[in-house]
Amino acid sequence: MKIIYEIRRNTYYDSVTLMLITKEVKKKTGVIEVLLGMATDLNKELAINLNLCSKEIEEAGVNDFFISVLTETDLDIKEILKDVDELLMSNKNDDQAEYSPVTLDSALKYQPDSNIVLISVAGQYAAEEARKALEQGLHVMLFSDNVSLDEERELKQLASEKGLLMMGPDCGTAIINHVPLAFGNVVRKGNIGIIGASGTGTQEVSVLIHKLGEGVSQVLGTGGRDLRKEIGGIMMLQGLKSLLMDPQTKVIVLISKEPDGEVADRILKLVSTSHKPVVINFIGGNKEEIEKYGAYRAITLEDAAYKAVSLLRGIQLKDFEDFSFDSSIIHKIVKKEVAGFHPSQKYIRGFFTGGTLADEAMKLIADFSLPLSDNTSNTKNICIDLGDDQFTLGRPHPMIDPAIRAEWLLKSASDDEVALVLLDFVLGYGSHKDPVGEMIPAIKESKKLMKERGRSLSVVASICGTELDPQNLIESSRRLEDIGVILMPSNAQAARLSALILKGIENHGGVADE
Amino acid sequence: MNKINQLFQQDLKVINIGLESFYRDLKEQKTKVIHVNWRPTAGGNKRLIALLAQLKK
Repeated sequence: MKIIYEIRRNTYYDSVTLMLITKEVKKKTGVIEVLLGMATDLNKELAINLNLCSKEIEEAGVNDFFISVLTETDLDIKEILKDVDELLMSNKNDDQAEYSPVTLDSALKYQPDSNIVLISVAGQYAAEEARKALEQGLHVMLFSDNVSLDEERELKQLASEKGLLMMGPDCGTAIINHVPLAFGNVVRKGNIGIIGASGTGTQEVSVLIHKLGEGVSQVLGTGGRDLRKEIGGIMMLQGLKSLLMDPQTKVIVLISKEPDGEVADRILKLVSTSHKPVVINFIGGNKEEIEKYGAYRAITLEDAAYKAVSLLRGIQLKDFEDFSFDSSIIHKIVKKEVAGFHPSQKYIRGFFTGGTLADEAMKLIADFSLPLSDNTSNTKNICIDLGDDQFTLGRPHPMIDPAIRAEWLLKSASDDEVALVLLDFVLGYGSHKDPVGEMIPAIKESKKLMKERGRSLSVVASICGTELDPQNLIESSRRLEDIGVILMPSNAQAARLSALILKGIENHGGVADE
Repeated sequence: MNKINQLFQQDLKVINIGLESFYRDLKEQKTKVIHVNWRPTAGGNKRLIALLAQLKK
């Protein structure tokens, strides 16, 4: 076995581009292991762990790009480089004449009327770029994570003084003036404004509003830590004030995981002055508190969308905690799935690409007295967010490259006790260009493997996407249904149906034992 | 009118620093966007970056 490598000095590529190319090169005959990366400490450590490091790579700097391959054959590095260069070229702009400045200042000289900066550089450099942008009077969406709480607070305070948006760090989604930024769905223009501290949660609400026939005015992201005590909800308060003043926004939705008590109070106090209805989905938040301040509490992301639409249309509100289909249809599905299981099959595997969608599913299924664990060594009911840091070291987020999920699915298909797999599919800009297509072979193979052992695997899913998204929603749905996936209209309904099927197994088993 | 509400009335004009795929997505939507061919300041040397920041003050 030998290592072949090349280092290119002062050549910079972003991490997602390099991770996706690494995956392609790995498929090449003769390649046992490969790593393409900028020579950062993290990548060098990864190279050592993968037995791909050399003295020269160890000595390279963050502006140097390296390719290192472990091979058993007489594979020549030139062959690899040819493929890599072709892949790098195909990832470049179509319009090669397009000018790309190297700093924010020079970009501003070229496009002086710019009004927002989208930043996604490595966390250690991100705060500095965001600060420069704010100082220039520009709004910021900061996608990068690994920014300290102190830096986040400083940036948000600076933005607040200047009256600017400081969305993030770790802000995955926003739709400003009908333009999705980073991860965002194409949603009809309308009169519901959303402020979200959770990425896929916000995407799900915007998509469901669209499916219910309404649209969004603005979707602002705050980053996941905005409602923590250290940050004090600076961005949510700032965003709320601006939506209260925005004539296009008639109803407001706030989405977050359970906030710090004092921060929640501060936000609810501002809500109580609102002349516009405000729907709040603080997952696990206090219902009485929310209602005391005159807001409407939503029990799920879907319920938030239903309530916002009802308020906009002046329809009487009720909790949406059921299904869009008639209960007889649900009953029939449950009965059919349960009848197909082998007596050994009793557990669920939830494999999610969206963090908030995973959280919501866990909570809903637990409501049926079916506790789920996110501990992967658990052998019973498991629900995992594959976008969590522990799964993304050295590889892109599963919404960009869903390959990791196919691996988990196939692994669970060899477990005789697994009955059901629950999946999310997130469409829209930023996401993989065909998340459904990436999973179809693994779903088919898993069902086949189970069948060969006299078992039946249920696959329940929901798609967070609209017919206006760049991926084809209708085709995506059809392809899943064609291979026997039970597709539900929302994440909440998919989780609820899964729980009913699991409950059905318990009851079925009980009957059989009698 | 504050700057956020002003932004809501304007055409979005974006500067993208980082992942090039975000730039391509915005281009595809016909949004005005410029991509910064970014690389770490001072070769990522933290001491040098801090010194440069001091100099700019």
